[in-house]
Amino acid sequence: MPDRPHYYHRHDLPRFGEIERGAPDLARKFFAWYNAVFAEGTLSAREKALIALAVAHAVQCPYCIDAYSKDALEKGSNLDQMTEAVHVAAAIRGGASLVHGVQMLNHVDDLGM
Amino acid sequence: MARVLPTLRKQGAPLADGAAQRARLDAVPLPRSFAEALRSANLYPLRPTAIEILQINVGKRCNQTCRHCHVDAGPDRAEVMPRAVIEACLGFLERARIPALDITGGAPELHPDFREIVTRGTALGTHVMHRCNLTAILLPNYADIPELLAAQRVEIIASLPYYQARETDAQRGEGVFAESLVGLRRLNALGYGRAAGLALNLVTNPVGTFLPGDQTALERDWKRELKRRYDVDFDHLYTITNMPISRFLAFLEQRGRTADYLTMLANAFNPAAAAGVMCRTTLSVGWDGTLYDCDFNQMLELPVAGDVARTIFEADLAALAGREIATGPHCFGCTAGAGSSCGGAVA
Repeated sequence: MPDRPHYYHRHDLPRFGEIERGAPDLARKFFAWYNAVFAEGTLSAREKALIALAVAHAVQCPYCIDAYSKDALEKGSNLDQMTEAVHVAAAIRGGASLVHGVQMLNHVDDLGM
Repeated sequence: MARVLPTLRKQGAPLADGAAQRARLDAVPLPRSFAEALRSANLYPLRPTAIEILQINVGKRCNQTCRHCHVDAGPDRAEVMPRAVIEACLGFLERARIPALDITGGAPELHPDFREIVTRGTALGTHVMHRCNLTAILLPNYADIPELLAAQRVEIIASLPYYQARETDAQRGEGVFAESLVGLRRLNALGYGRAAGLALNLVTNPVGTFLPGDQTALERDWKRELKRRYDVDFDHLYTITNMPISRFLAFLEQRGRTADYLTMLANAFNPAAAAGVMCRTTLSVGWDGTLYDCDFNQMLELPVAGDVARTIFEADLAALAGREIATGPHCFGCTAGAGSSCGGAVA
């Protein structure tokens, strides 16, 4: 592999489909399912793009952040809505850490006097 | 950002020139040319299906200076369609029995003969459409125009990129959203967007370097939000892709994004959209009477090609209906995704 200045590169995102070079049947199933997930349903395609944007930040996937920032704009979301979605992700991540403080309290109560 | 900016022409910018714009676009390496894309869709050479709309650009004067404007319109532009050209347009409209007249600019209201063009157009039994920026009608000398348009049952196609101020003002200038709301409420009060026969359609261009989303879904959101926030009604939302021409091209150049944007458009080529492009049903007339395949070719100074008359004074419907449409890399803007036209998405 040639030397690359960064581990992630935006030009790699459009190459996602190349994953089907191995296990092509699994790739086809994945992309068909993926496209079905994001189709207009009980939730609108715009709402799904906002969920994807939030999850992208939670899992800190650079490709997903690139893709769903653009997708959310294309679907008609605005900066306020997108920022609120990212705050939801941040709140869940922060809350997930903090709520484990109860486990800490359990230990303190168990070990302490 | 400033309320009104100098146009590229006023700045003396090289991209004010149509040939310079074409040269810049032609220099972008693309996976395939537009002609090759048309060939792949069995549409080359591209020809009209029927001329159903005469679109006349009555001049480049405008009270706004939108950052994406493909016309490079603004208050400092002096081009205004002369009387002789207006007479030739109306004569052709009558003689060729074109069913629709689409009046564009600049802000068409600022043309001194705008009222007469409207009334004579409707008197011919033509469906008249007016491309409105929602704020020119608020200027003191033009306040009578909404009533005139309503009386003549003119369809209004109004620009509003977004349903809130930040995005709208970023594209159209500070304070434009608030003024546009005044314009919309004025039109609603006259029955536009509410009563039968008074069509008020909105146009949204993306506020940035991305494609417009699904027109039906966006229309649903725009209707809900404009009603809920401002009690504003309208009929349909048209999504229009930003064309890499004039000020949007200058914006792309400034950001170093011209190649990326054009490549995105080319990669999103949709044969169904190509089959429905507006140049197949529209004839465009420049302020000086020159004929073009569309308003975009007009701004690139790319007139109708081949062995046909080049001005409205000698226009011949039969010859024009069989012409080969002049195309270039900018045409990928009308064929990307769901397609784009003066009437919104086409596929």
